[in-house]
Amino acid sequence: MSYQPIPTIDWWAIAPVSIVMVTGIVALLIEMFRPNRNNNTIVAVSLVGLFLAGLSVVPQFSMPFGSSFGGMVVRDYLGLVLQLLLITVCFVAFLFSEPYLREKRIAFAEFYQLALWASAGGMIMVTTENLLMFFLGLEVLGIALYCLTGMCRQELRSEESAMKYFLLGAFGTAFVLMGIAYLYGPTGSLRIDAVSIAVASDQPHFVLMALFGFGLLLVGLCFKSALVPFHQWTPDVYQGAPTNVTAFMASTSKIAAIGALIRVLAAGAPLVSYWFPIMFWVAILSMVVGNFAALVQKDVKRTLGYSSVANGGYMLVAVLAHVQAPEKVSLASTLFFITGYGVMTMGAFAVVSLAARDGKEGTRFQDLHGLWHRAPFAAGCLILFVASLIGVPPTVGFFGKMFIFNDALAAGLLPLALVLAVTSVVSAYYYLGIIQAVFVQEEGAVKNESGRPQAGLNLAVLLCALAIFGISLGAENVLKFMAPAEDGRQPVAERTVAQR
Amino acid sequence: MASEFLPILVLMTVSAVICAAMVTLSWVLGPKKTTPYKSSPYECGVAPQGDAKERFPIKFYLVAILFVLFDIEVVFLWSWITVFKDAPLDFKLFSGAVVGVYMILWIIGDAYVMKIGALDWDEATSLAPEKLLADAEAARAALPAPVPVRQGGL
Amino acid sequence: MSGNQIVFIVLAAIACIGAAGVVVFGDNPVRSALFLVLNFFVLGFLYFTLGAQLLGISQILVYAGAIMVLFLFVIMMLQQQSAFLRSTESDGRGPIAWLLGATMFMTVGAAVLAPLGGVTGSPILDTFGTPQSIGKVLFTGYAWPFLISSVLLLVGIVGSILLAKRKF
Repeated sequence: MSYQPIPTIDWWAIAPVSIVMVTGIVALLIEMFRPNRNNNTIVAVSLVGLFLAGLSVVPQFSMPFGSSFGGMVVRDYLGLVLQLLLITVCFVAFLFSEPYLREKRIAFAEFYQLALWASAGGMIMVTTENLLMFFLGLEVLGIALYCLTGMCRQELRSEESAMKYFLLGAFGTAFVLMGIAYLYGPTGSLRIDAVSIAVASDQPHFVLMALFGFGLLLVGLCFKSALVPFHQWTPDVYQGAPTNVTAFMASTSKIAAIGALIRVLAAGAPLVSYWFPIMFWVAILSMVVGNFAALVQKDVKRTLGYSSVANGGYMLVAVLAHVQAPEKVSLASTLFFITGYGVMTMGAFAVVSLAARDGKEGTRFQDLHGLWHRAPFAAGCLILFVASLIGVPPTVGFFGKMFIFNDALAAGLLPLALVLAVTSVVSAYYYLGIIQAVFVQEEGAVKNESGRPQAGLNLAVLLCALAIFGISLGAENVLKFMAPAEDGRQPVAERTVAQR
Repeated sequence: MASEFLPILVLMTVSAVICAAMVTLSWVLGPKKTTPYKSSPYECGVAPQGDAKERFPIKFYLVAILFVLFDIEVVFLWSWITVFKDAPLDFKLFSGAVVGVYMILWIIGDAYVMKIGALDWDEATSLAPEKLLADAEAARAALPAPVPVRQGGL
Repeated sequence: MSGNQIVFIVLAAIACIGAAGVVVFGDNPVRSALFLVLNFFVLGFLYFTLGAQLLGISQILVYAGAIMVLFLFVIMMLQQQSAFLRSTESDGRGPIAWLLGATMFMTVGAAVLAPLGGVTGSPILDTFGTPQSIGKVLFTGYAWPFLISSVLLLVGIVGSILLAKRKF
């Protein structure tokens, strides 16, 4: 085998991921050389690094789209928007993490490095059409999150959740890897369009192997994005992990997994008649099980965990609508809803993290009683986040659900649209339960003198609230910005099929 | 291609056969007059106490997992050195730069392990109490002194 | 029967014995782990016979050597509790698990093995898995994933220290 030509490097395309990774390394060096100082320097450096990474994404919107490194790094609308979103989510998580970690007595500086690398892993997942890169991103994201979940070592619950997350996550990863192997076998291609190659080969056993591999890949991805029936780990892990990690995980892991799912489903278009009915039911089950199971929870974090399962179902509806009718339905509403979800979830968990004080943290509903007196601003913003999660107009959650509803109707998926509407109404009950715990009830037996909200947390909550207002006020413009098809750019589904 | 590895296979087979023969033959041919005292494990000449199956401290595990991680890093280098010698110049430069970055990350990981005291054998704290508060002086006053090294061995 | 086939049959038989040994001695996890070493070791040789030398060496160095040490450490760490972990009473889930597992195995086997039945030759080159051919690709076209994998290892280092060492 001869030497391959040296690849030309598209520095802009790899800049965001590289900057986030290098920021993590710099933060590690700071921790190494100043282990006896507080984490403020690390937080500051991380925030600056994330800001720079965000800056390096923005000019790419006007650059020519396409792939470099042989499809390993892709520059397109989906990838850029999701990268920007992942960076923002990490930024907000860092803003409120430091006070929470100190209050909880787990001020490991390693949180920041691992979270930065996890973010980079998610960014790799959403900007690649190569299954190997996709797997690497998944692993960087996954392993960093397993460790972060078990970060609170004085709590058995945290260790239990880390163990569960690790075992089931490794299980899901194994499915992904087996799927990649079965796609590579008949085609010799690690690109995501291996399915199309196998189908185009017209050899029935190649098609069969590709179908099997694609199925395994979907199972693994459903694990990662916590869709029913692969959601069982979600409530336990969300409950056990430290709240700032839960916030980070709920947003980052969901965004990255759904972003990857969009590409994989679009690439699986030649086999659509096989997997569409299955994913159709997965979407319905996710919405129904997520929302109804959330009704009976007694723990805020578990409730939000099931709500995240349900939100995964909503996102899947949008993705299915796009794959079903790519010429009519763009990815804009999916991206719009994911953006809104990221912001709402971060905000809600940031407020819930106020329940921690003096190394202890209760997250049952009664532990939130009286939060209104202690942190009026954060509690006030919680109304906004919850309203948005329910989908009360004119919040971003309302617009997101409305756009998805319209998309589902346009694509002829009436049952999905109906289930979405009905379960959204059901969800109002448990979301209002959180509000009730914070506002209506008086502070109970668990008195809370210390633990005043800090500037970082207020800033994070304020940013989320402003984002909710901003996105919903300019919903039309944001949607237009996120609609890649309008200026002649191809939607993901069409492009991937056209490439074979 | 297969003939390249035939000697290794023969070596493995012969060594496996020799090992098996030594164990089996000494087991079959050796005299077996066991007494309870003879078959008890040797523990410095005194009667053994407790269970042999004790739980290990986690620091053994940490050493092992760090070994595995650095072990995997070395495996990658093997394929590099096999191609580096006869490569054209552009490959040498490019792959050299790539491996250089890789090695820098490796060294950072190693330095982190050393600096943080991950392989220190005592069980003292490795995290400063100052992490918890913004003000270092207040932190020292507010928090108890770090846990001292536990006395008496492992 | 060609020499290659004989070598394959012998190695595959040993690998199968090793795999069976892992699960048959259910009451002694250390013995299962040692059988797993045997299985991994022989798998490494199977990779050699397929021409995947780098993979074979990695298998023996990393899996049979290093990862099995970790397995044994975990077993040692949990040994005392293993009596708790083993539930002695059967609750009827066993037969159902067997049934589901067998059904799954047969479904997948019928779907995947049948098309592979007619395959005789391998379409890949002889030098496919040599360290040279991998090195030539890994440090040019796959340089970016290679660097990401080094960050992945760094995540492993930092994460394991976070979980096992650092404390107050």
